[in-house]
Amino acid sequence: MKASKLGLDFQKVAHAKGLAKSISDDVQSFVDNYSTVAVERTLCRLMGIDDIDANEVPLPNVLVDFIKEKGMLKHGVLFFIGNAIIETGLSPQEIAEKTALGELDITTMPINDIEKIKQSLQPFVNSSIEKISNNRKRRENYIQTIGEGSKPYLYVIVATGNIYEDVVQAQAAARQGADIIAVIRTTGQSLLDFVPYGATTEGFGGTFATQENFRIMRSALDEVGEEVGRYIRLCNYCSGLCMPEIAVMGALEGLDVMLNDALYGILFRDINMQRTLVDQYFSRIINGFAGVIINTGEDNYLTTADAFDEAHTVLASDLINEQLAFAAGLPEEQMGLGHAFEMTPDLENGFLYELAQAQMTREIFPNAPLKYMPPTKFMTGNIFRGHVQDALFNAISIWTGQGLQLLGMMTEAIHTPFMSDRYLSIENAKYVFNNMKNIGDEVEYKKDGIIQQRAQKVLNDATDLLEKIEKESLFEALEKGLFADIKRPKNGGKGLAGVFEKDVQYYNPFITLMKGENK
Amino acid sequence: MSGGLYSMDKKEFSTELNLKEVKPYGDTMNDGKTQISFTLPVPCNDESIEAAKLLLKKMGFENTQVVFYKELTEGFTFFNCYGNCTHTVDYTTIHVPKVESNKMDMHETDDYIKQNLGRKIVVVGASTGTDAHTVGIDAIMNMKGYAGHYGIERYEMFEALNMGSQVPNEEFIAKAIEMKADALLVSQTVTQKDVHIKNLVELVEMLEAEGLRDKVILCCGGPRLSHELAKELGYDAGFSMNSYADDVASYIAQEMVKRNSK
Repeated sequence: MKASKLGLDFQKVAHAKGLAKSISDDVQSFVDNYSTVAVERTLCRLMGIDDIDANEVPLPNVLVDFIKEKGMLKHGVLFFIGNAIIETGLSPQEIAEKTALGELDITTMPINDIEKIKQSLQPFVNSSIEKISNNRKRRENYIQTIGEGSKPYLYVIVATGNIYEDVVQAQAAARQGADIIAVIRTTGQSLLDFVPYGATTEGFGGTFATQENFRIMRSALDEVGEEVGRYIRLCNYCSGLCMPEIAVMGALEGLDVMLNDALYGILFRDINMQRTLVDQYFSRIINGFAGVIINTGEDNYLTTADAFDEAHTVLASDLINEQLAFAAGLPEEQMGLGHAFEMTPDLENGFLYELAQAQMTREIFPNAPLKYMPPTKFMTGNIFRGHVQDALFNAISIWTGQGLQLLGMMTEAIHTPFMSDRYLSIENAKYVFNNMKNIGDEVEYKKDGIIQQRAQKVLNDATDLLEKIEKESLFEALEKGLFADIKRPKNGGKGLAGVFEKDVQYYNPFITLMKGENK
Repeated sequence: MSGGLYSMDKKEFSTELNLKEVKPYGDTMNDGKTQISFTLPVPCNDESIEAAKLLLKKMGFENTQVVFYKELTEGFTFFNCYGNCTHTVDYTTIHVPKVESNKMDMHETDDYIKQNLGRKIVVVGASTGTDAHTVGIDAIMNMKGYAGHYGIERYEMFEALNMGSQVPNEEFIAKAIEMKADALLVSQTVTQKDVHIKNLVELVEMLEAEGLRDKVILCCGGPRLSHELAKELGYDAGFSMNSYADDVASYIAQEMVKRNSK
C-alpha cells in the first residue's frame, strides 16, 4: 500500500473496515433467509418473461401476485415455473401469459421432484446468463477497440421526460465530451412496485426507466460512441421498490453504471429497511456479474445533514456499502462509492476540508472508481458564482483522482440542464482537468496541517460511529437516525408487505452462478 | 462595431435616473446594457450569427453584439450577446402583493408568541405529492436551518414536524389532524409540466372538503412559487427563493395572533 499523503494510519482504516464487515455480516445473516416480490419478479425476467397484460400490468407482476395471493410465494416463483414447464410443456413466457388470461393455475399442479424442476429451468437460466455475459463482453470489446475517456469520467444527466428528446441531448453531450450519460428517472418512479413498459415520452423531472427506453438509449450511445471514437457509458437508477428488476433489465440491455445504494431508499424514500436490504443484495449480485459500476448515494446525506459536521457519516456509510457490495460478490473496481463537495461556500478554508476528505476517500478505497458529487445545496441561482464553485469542485477531483465526476451545472436549482449548460459544464471540467493534470503528483500536504488533521479526524469519527453501530446493528442505527439525521422504523415504510421468509424448497440458482462467475 | 474596451459612443441620452422610465444599467445611467445568452437550433455560420442579432433586435435591443458563439452539436449554436435595451418600465406604479408581517429573528418571534399567544404553535411541514426534494422544507424546518437562519424546529415556541418528501396529501392532512396543527407548510420543488400547481390545488380542495381550510394557516414555498401565485391557489402565504425560517416563523406568529384577536 502506498504511504498516506494525509498521515492516515492504515491500521485504523483496517480496523474500520473490520467493523463495517461485522455490521454487513449481521445484515447478511438476515438477508440470506428472505426474498421479496421484487426479487421474484426479477427471477421471472431472468426466465425471459416480459410484456404486459390487457390492463398494462407487467407479466412478472401478474405471475408473482398470483402466487402471493395463493399464499405460496415462500416457495419462490422458480419452483412453480419449473414445475409448470414439466406439467404443461410451455415456456415461462407462455405460462405467464396464460396465468394473466386466467387459463392456468400453476400452484395447484402435481409437484415434481425438485431436481427435475431444476433441470427444466436450466435452459432458461443458461440463456439469460449467456445474454448478460455477452453484453459484458460487448462492452469490453468496445473499450478495447474504440477506447474510452480517461478518469475522472465526465458524467452528465439528461432529463427531458421524453426518451427520444433525451437521445438528442445525450448524443450532443457525448460529442461535447461526456463519458457517462445518466437518464434521470421521472419523479416518483422509485415508489412504483412495478416497472413501466415500452418507450415513454411523458415524465416529470425525468424519464421512466423501462427496458425499451434502455434499449433506445443504448443504441443511440453506441452510435455516437463510434462516431466520436469513445465508448459512452449509460447510467440509470437501480433503487426504489424495483431495485433488482431494474438491475436485470440493465444487465440485459447493456447498461454500464447504476445508482445502487444499500441505504438510500430507506432514508430518502421511506422504503422499508428489510425490503431494501434484501433487494439491494440481489441487485448487486446482478450488477456485479454484468460488470456494471454501482454508484452509492452518500452525497445525499449532505443535502439534509451538514457537510462539515456530518462528513464522518458519509465515510461510515461508504465503508458499510463497500462491505455489503463485497457480500454480493461485487469487485472493488465496480464500486462507485459516493461522496460530495457540499460545504457552504462561506466556510473559511472550506476548499482545504473538501480536499482533505476527497483525498482521504481516495486512500481508503484505492481501487474504487469513486463517485464525486458536485455542489447542489448551496447553488443559489447566482449562476456566475455557481460556475466558480463547480470549478473548485473539478480542481479537487483531478487533484485526488476521483473516478466518476458528476458534473455540476451552473443552473442547478433553476432548471434541468439546457444543452448549453451541459456544454459550459464540460468545458469547465476539461479546462481544469487539463490545466491541473498532475497536481496530485506534485503537491504534498503539510505534516499535521489543516488538511491532514481534517482527514484524520473524519476517519476517527467514522470509526467511533461504526463502533456504535456494530454494538447494536444497522437496523437499530437506522431507527435511531444515525445517517442524514433521518429515523426509520424497522417495520415501517413502504414495501414491507412484499418481504417474505424463504421456505426450504426455495430455489434461486442465480445467486451462486452470478457470484461464482464473477470471482 | 467597435469592440474596444472603451465605449467611444456619444451618449445621446439623458443620464438622469427617472423612476418612471427605468432600464438596465451597465456603467452609465440609462445605457440599457444587457447580457443575454441562448441557443438557436441552427448550424454555426454567418447566417446564424445574423439570426441571433435579428432576434435581439426583435427583443428590443440596439447596438447588438454577438461576443461568443459555439456549435454545441450539429445544428445547435450557442450565443453570448450584449445589447442596449430600448424598453423601460414605470417603477413608481408597481404593486407586488407581499406577505404582510414584520420580520423578526428567532428570539423575537419566541418572545412575541409568549407575550401575545401564550402557547406553542404547532406546525406540520412536508414536500408533498411525488416531489422527492427535501432541500426547501429542510431549510425552513430543520434545527440547523440554512445559511445561518435557524429552522423552525429550533424555536422554543414552535412544535414542528417535518414529514420529509413524497408525502401524499392524504397523509399530510391526517397528520395535521392528529397533531392539531395550527399551520401547514408545503414545499414544492419540481415544477415540470406544472405538477406543483395540481398538487397544491388538490391539497386546498381536500382541506376544504374536510372543513379544515379556515382552521389552519396554509403556506407554500419553493423556488418557482410566489406569494401572488400562492394567494391565487387559495393559500394564505407563499415563500420564494431567499426566504428563510425567520420569514416563515414571524409570519405564522403574527397571523396566529391576528386570527386569535378576532
